[in-house]
Amino acid sequence: MSDVKKFMYLNRRAPYGTIYAWESLEVVLIGAAFDQEVSLMFVDDGVYQLVKGSDTSESDMKNFMPTYRTLGDYGVRHMFVDQASLEARGLTTDDLIEVAWEDWETEEEVDNIVEAVDADKCKELMAESDVVFSF
Amino acid sequence: MKLAVQVNEGPYQHQATDSAYHFTKAALEKGHEVFRVFFYHDGVLNGTRLTTPPQDDRNIVNRWVELAEKYDLDLVLCVAAAQRRGLVDDGEAERNGKDATNIAPRFRISGLGQLIEAAIQSDRLVVFGD
Repeated sequence: MSDVKKFMYLNRRAPYGTIYAWESLEVVLIGAAFDQEVSLMFVDDGVYQLVKGSDTSESDMKNFMPTYRTLGDYGVRHMFVDQASLEARGLTTDDLIEVAWEDWETEEEVDNIVEAVDADKCKELMAESDVVFSF
Repeated sequence: MKLAVQVNEGPYQHQATDSAYHFTKAALEKGHEVFRVFFYHDGVLNGTRLTTPPQDDRNIVNRWVELAEKYDLDLVLCVAAAQRRGLVDDGEAERNGKDATNIAPRFRISGLGQLIEAAIQSDRLVVFGD
């Protein structure tokens, strides 16, 4: 691959109910092998994908929440959450999981790459991405 | 311009596949390059040759096949999405012990890496979905 592109995965839907969230996550995991600059953005019901403490034991669905916590190891550098989407659902960042990130070469560490941003920042981040995968 | 197209919805159920088809066709007719059309989620259902729509309706699968024949277009179904939804080619039938195949000509089944590669290689990734 010649150059590194800015990839954004835009997650707009609740984690269960449709398969979009899970199949989006599969792209992120596979895409890690391509060493691009990767961010995830969660808007609308997509913010529910990061709510901690989800329990799928009675719905016969595989709980893929643990996978989100590992995304820092899959080359994901930022996980942005739309502040307005959180507020509209009575959520704050305290309700969300934390995802750690570490650069194994430079040993740079970030305790939590999940970050709430306002609508203007969301727009800006999308605009500066080379590729937006929308799910 | 070099384009990659992603189709996320099934045929007939959703406008997305029609829009993707018309966009792809128009782009090719204008002389743009379409690096690949990648079918994901229920979009993989665009690639079954067993589709039989009513005679007075458009045949979405055959339309893709004809476009691919005319422009040597690369039509790729995501393997993980295809396995979940019962899209099978010879290789998949053999690997997974299936007694039939249903993939349409000119389509192929491959991995998600094909989507990432298409996004990297193309000037634009255009996503059609809900």
